[in-house]
Amino acid sequence: MILPLYGTAVLNHGFGAESPRVVARLRSLGTNEPSDGHDFYVVRSDTELVRSIEEKRSSIFVINDDVSLAGSAVSAFDRVLSVSAKFEYLRSGDVVGVHVPTGRFRTLFRSNSRHNSFLVTERCNNYCLMCSQPPKDVDDRWILDEIRESLPLLPKSTPTLTFTGGEPLSDWARFIDILADCRDLHPDTAIQVLTNGRAFASSEIVDAWKAVNHPSLIAAIPVYASVDYIHDYVVQAKGAFDETILGILKLKDRGQRVEVRVVLHAHTAPTIAETSRWISRNLPFVDHVALMGMENTGFAIANENSLWIDPMDYRESLSEGVRTLADTGINVSIYNLPRCVLDASIWPYAVQSISDWKNGYVEECRRCIEKSKCSGLFTSGRPRQSRGIRAIQ
Amino acid sequence: MARFVAAKAFGSPSGELTLLPFNFERTGNAQFLVSNMVGDFIRLTEDEINKVIDLKLNPGDGLYEKAYAAHLITGTQQKAQQQLLALRLRSRMSFLREMTPLHMFVVTLRCEHSCPYCQVSRQSTDRSRFDMSEATAQRALDIAFESKSSRIKIEFQGGEPLLNFDLIQKIVHAAKAKSATTGKKADFVIATNLALLNDEILRYCKDNEVLLSTSLDGPPDLHNKNRPRPGGNSYELAVNGIRRAQQVLGRDRVGALMTTTESSLDRVDQIIEEYLKLGLDGIFLRPLSPFGFAVKTKQYHRYDTKRWLRFFERGLRRILELNHQGTPFREFYSALVVTRMLTDKPIGYVDLRSPAGAGIGALVYNYDGYVYASDEGRMLAETGDNAFRLGHVNTHDYSSLVLSDTLIDTISASLTQCAPECSDCVFESHCGANPVHHHATQGDIVGIKPLSDFCERQKGTMRLLLDMLENSPRDAAILRSWASI
Repeated sequence: MILPLYGTAVLNHGFGAESPRVVARLRSLGTNEPSDGHDFYVVRSDTELVRSIEEKRSSIFVINDDVSLAGSAVSAFDRVLSVSAKFEYLRSGDVVGVHVPTGRFRTLFRSNSRHNSFLVTERCNNYCLMCSQPPKDVDDRWILDEIRESLPLLPKSTPTLTFTGGEPLSDWARFIDILADCRDLHPDTAIQVLTNGRAFASSEIVDAWKAVNHPSLIAAIPVYASVDYIHDYVVQAKGAFDETILGILKLKDRGQRVEVRVVLHAHTAPTIAETSRWISRNLPFVDHVALMGMENTGFAIANENSLWIDPMDYRESLSEGVRTLADTGINVSIYNLPRCVLDASIWPYAVQSISDWKNGYVEECRRCIEKSKCSGLFTSGRPRQSRGIRAIQ
Repeated sequence: MARFVAAKAFGSPSGELTLLPFNFERTGNAQFLVSNMVGDFIRLTEDEINKVIDLKLNPGDGLYEKAYAAHLITGTQQKAQQQLLALRLRSRMSFLREMTPLHMFVVTLRCEHSCPYCQVSRQSTDRSRFDMSEATAQRALDIAFESKSSRIKIEFQGGEPLLNFDLIQKIVHAAKAKSATTGKKADFVIATNLALLNDEILRYCKDNEVLLSTSLDGPPDLHNKNRPRPGGNSYELAVNGIRRAQQVLGRDRVGALMTTTESSLDRVDQIIEEYLKLGLDGIFLRPLSPFGFAVKTKQYHRYDTKRWLRFFERGLRRILELNHQGTPFREFYSALVVTRMLTDKPIGYVDLRSPAGAGIGALVYNYDGYVYASDEGRMLAETGDNAFRLGHVNTHDYSSLVLSDTLIDTISASLTQCAPECSDCVFESHCGANPVHHHATQGDIVGIKPLSDFCERQKGTMRLLLDMLENSPRDAAILRSWASI
């Protein structure tokens, strides 16, 4: 299954002209949580519509394919948003961002998910061959405002949040402000930032990052090869390898946490044993290394012919790489690869990493005894199956 | 897709490449062993190494990738390669952050053993002549606590230090008082033959967390031949002592060291067996040192380095076999070398460090108050050579000892990083400067390395270990597990 995380509201009513963007937090009827101007009460039926009037709610969020349900009652509320039933997963505590003039909205936070991430920007100074979120050169700094407005609406109990892009540090000073907000508003929430790390080649930026003094912050940075031009080719940016490695060194020099990520495809997977050896020798102090199966979406589809490699064809190299890293004492994980394509000796490193909204299994998996521990497969983009997919008995 | 650019567009043309420092050695017909600045090894053919040196490299030719990943080359505009090397070098050298962590107190020169290889001890009952005085001990302790190390180790040496156990207790007591006021922690170890060990001493060691380090040369006949004492029962006393110490103090609180003599050379399996029988977790296969009585009694040249290397290799292979059969057991010297080769951990072990450890790694306070740059330095003094005498506890303090011309000259002249034959040696990153050894054997602190048994031994053990790491996966797995993580 795949959850739709963005769409267009079929109706929006009562929004003034002062701001084209609204951040809405969903609430349940019949509750007495403190609420402010961001809160919208979820209405799924006629009965709930009546109840919301009884409870004198001023803002409602209607989830129903029948537009007339919301349309019939706009006059009873200050503000009304209505979306189709395919968004029925939305529930109390979730946060959506709405562009009022067009009605376009995105789900920003799902309270019952372990995989909440904020897209910070679509801008990026890399142009990775397999990018799942192809960059756009647009001024989208409004997203930073939307995130800052959203953060106070999230529960304090949120275990983790991820910031992704694009390159989140494209507008680094404003992004650092967001990290400071996270520190102040959600001190118990672990923050992961998916960044290409190039910005950290600047001491000014690393110092600002450090100065946030966040209690649980990690920069997850890709390193695709031990050789400059191979990494630069994969990210389509000359000089990127040098900046990324410098960035990692500067972060660690200042005691900041760093995860190294290697996405496995035809340009990186065949050499993963060598790359792992290189990381072990040169970056043994990183906090985590994630070796990641590729999501076949975005640019990865455009470059499928040059990128696709069956995980069965790098199985040995991956096992060797994992052992090298583990032997060095590095905390290593395998992401996004189902157990059946991995040598059983490295199963302990394979984690269920695929975000819930795009995670799935195939028919063969029903008979598999490892399914409950398995990463499963991506359902997003144009999924490609390894010839190694086999139920483990 | 037209927007994507082909791989070759991202490589640096050779005009934008430059060499990074590396060392190399011809290993065979057109074959070279190459090490980068921090000692990562790669193998290149003659053609390849010439191409690297001439920067005739192109992305995609296989050699560029090999040379780049091994930090032999970098783009002229790049910084990361050099920063990585700098960082790793800094880590490897960071044993220097702990200045003089080891302080050896020769509490007496007297000993009831009369080992022919012993460098220093005296068979004498004259306490006043060969025991350290309390005043000397107190001054030595002051100096030890002046050293900049955050934590120091005080090792009691002899002679047989248990012959002056009273003084040991006084020093431990005084050191603990100093630790309490200065915050500088002190660990204690007694280097003893255990012949005089008794329940009272064991209880004291347990109460005061004092470690024991002893000698075990092998099976009874070998041990007793090497280590004669009245009664001929050195082996029995040592083994009983180790067992009792293991029971009372704990298995990790007593260690044993062997000394290799000519009689040991054909018996390495039996020697290892002795260590296994005692439940010890490994053995340090040591060479005989060329100091003191060992030189005088012609012990030192009784066997040459090649014979020692065969002994070492046989022992190491036996130990690896034990591991393959499921018995975890280490050869500690190999563990140190492999840790140097496979990691950037700071290893301050005396034979594997440059700058040398003389004075800045350890100071030796002799029974008579003279201070030496190393244990070997005081052994030389017993044979009349005061080259490594730094001063006296009554006239010197820590600064004047470690800043003495003798010490600075010794350390700076012997740096492997710039010494002839060392600075361009393919093993330089992993080796060490040994000025005292070269002074003793060649009369020169730098030494002529092609004539140096130290050099031959170091290269021999490193070649052996590198060969195992590269060509014997089973052995390599064990060796890697020894590289402390």
